[in-house]
Amino acid sequence: MTLPLVLEVLIQGMLTGLIYGLMALGLSVIFGVVRVVNFAHGEFAVVGMYGAFILFTTLKIDPFIAMAPLAALFFVVGYGLQRSLVVHFIRRPDHEQFILLVGLAIVMVNGLLMIFGPDARHVDLPYSYDSWMLGPVLVDKVRAYAALAALGVAGALFAFFRYTQTGLAIRACADNLTGAAVVGLDIDKLYALTFGIGLACVGAAGALLVSIADVTPMLAPAFTLLAFTIVIIGGLGSMGGALLGGLVIGVAEALASIIIAPSMKTMVSFGLLVVILALRPQGLMGKRAA
Amino acid sequence: MSQISRFAFDRRSLLGAAASLLAAPALVRAQAKALKIAVLLPRSGLYAQAGQSCHRGALAAPKVLADLGYAVELVHVDVESNADTARTAAEKAINEGANCIVGAFDSGLTLAIAQVCEQRQVPLVINIAAAPQITEQGYKYLVRNFQTGGQLVTNGLRLIKEISAATKVDFKSAVFVHANDTFGTAQRGAMDAIFPKADMPFQIAESISYDPRAQDLSAEVTKMRGINPDLVMVVTRAGDAIKLVRDMVRQRFEPKAIISPGSPGLYDEEFYQALGPLADGMIFNLPWANPKSPVTQALEASFKVANPNNRFAVDSFNAGFTLEALMIAADAFKRAGTTNGPTLMEAVRATKIDQHVMIGGPIAFDAKGQNTAIGTAVVQNQKQTPVVVYPADVAAGAPALPLASWQGRK
Repeated sequence: MTLPLVLEVLIQGMLTGLIYGLMALGLSVIFGVVRVVNFAHGEFAVVGMYGAFILFTTLKIDPFIAMAPLAALFFVVGYGLQRSLVVHFIRRPDHEQFILLVGLAIVMVNGLLMIFGPDARHVDLPYSYDSWMLGPVLVDKVRAYAALAALGVAGALFAFFRYTQTGLAIRACADNLTGAAVVGLDIDKLYALTFGIGLACVGAAGALLVSIADVTPMLAPAFTLLAFTIVIIGGLGSMGGALLGGLVIGVAEALASIIIAPSMKTMVSFGLLVVILALRPQGLMGKRAA
Repeated sequence: MSQISRFAFDRRSLLGAAASLLAAPALVRAQAKALKIAVLLPRSGLYAQAGQSCHRGALAAPKVLADLGYAVELVHVDVESNADTARTAAEKAINEGANCIVGAFDSGLTLAIAQVCEQRQVPLVINIAAAPQITEQGYKYLVRNFQTGGQLVTNGLRLIKEISAATKVDFKSAVFVHANDTFGTAQRGAMDAIFPKADMPFQIAESISYDPRAQDLSAEVTKMRGINPDLVMVVTRAGDAIKLVRDMVRQRFEPKAIISPGSPGLYDEEFYQALGPLADGMIFNLPWANPKSPVTQALEASFKVANPNNRFAVDSFNAGFTLEALMIAADAFKRAGTTNGPTLMEAVRATKIDQHVMIGGPIAFDAKGQNTAIGTAVVQNQKQTPVVVYPADVAAGAPALPLASWQGRK
């Protein structure tokens, strides 16, 4: 294979990895603050994809525009879910949280199957098949747009956590829950906001994902697993780690497909997960447990 | 003494009566008026498109079979594209009185069901499943009315050579791309074994296997572009065939032809819906419904009533083979006159049906339970409809090669 083609595959892997990273970012944010692992994460991503699909087919709204209202809607859903359901499980054993969210995931997948059926749905954008030639290297336009949008959302989220009062309060909860409670922060409200922000990321990622991949309900468990792999490689609870993990998975799978075999992509990403867990259990950017 | 004799007589009578009572359900089953067939198909999950397509054929079948004088009762079961589910569903169906099983589109699912049927001595009539091992493992309770992977590849390659000669479009190099599922891997094995002996006018530069669950196939297409072959031979399912073509268009990769030497994917409704004009020009060398057969015409009429929102032209492959499988079971039951598993299976093996749906000779099975008389045609997507283009005696249109450019398609 020639160098330009290898570069092309690498770029494709990086672009895809950034979109996956945004999806995993939501999982990492929720765990980093609320300490609840959202086992229905992939299912929410797929609901986001269907949301973008519906907006496109009914109102002709481009998924890159639809990501804003979808993120807002998912924020409200996440906030409500935390306030009404998850809040009762925060101080309960991990296995009860696990069962709650796995149950929710199963309900969501079967609900989607009942509503949309098993067929794959896709969004056919006017520029779906466009690409740029950068010298000898060809770059997929939609994937590039989606990756840039993912970077934009991630950047906005970093800024929110760094420069806003609410963001700083949420980080305080994550760093020292007792201290945050002592200084009078409303922990339950901040948890609900965090859950909302986490799901807003997933909603936005869903809108971006539908521009590059077909959506079926059965995609959800694979996305949950992918998000877990990414955040474990990047470091559970680390925002930068989620993006880095996405990039690592995207590039590793792309390289595996040309160096080994395309069908070995998944094996390579899980192999990478095993190596990271063995050598650096906290992930690439995670903090070592005290 | 007389008391003892009377006691002995009474005891025998009692035992006889008890045995009759216990045997009654089996006797009733054995003398049933209609054959209860469980149709096990992957109507959800990875193979849902094809499973649904087969299911539509099963929905249209009762009318056709009744008109032919067959009595059947169908039970439709979704095996969710999952081998464990398929195995459990087969057990459940037999426990609930199924006398025969028809299915299951995919080789992995079919093998799972075959094990159950063998244990329970219930005939399995395979509608579609190509893995050669299915009829090579000595199963006594199955027959396959479908080509093996080897037959698909042999016929597929032969027809590539013939269509190339007929259209005067030469292929000097090829890439073989296949899913790494049970079917795709079996096809790869068959290709590796058969291609060197097939005297083809081109070489396979590389075989590329991919995961059909992958979100995109961009790296695979980039790899193909690096080779730049004249011909891309594909073994796909609908979902991954769509991804493959999309990435070819995005990467402006235009081979002279994209031909499946015997696999689904390129003719599913989902493929046409997703790609529109980009679906045109794809070729698949497959067994196909014979439009001149009266049974095909009857199936098409019933199909339109049972599935008013679906096109028979698109479903004819899956629906045709599913009807034929049901017809084989029903015909065997008519001849055997019983639902008793071993007797029914004997009748299934002795099948000889002259008038049926698919191109080819009469339906009959060899010692391994394989129908070896199934024909193959070259089918090409034209205006988003599959059209038989070769051989000439069954062709409904002319082949169009080389593949038109992706740009400007309407």
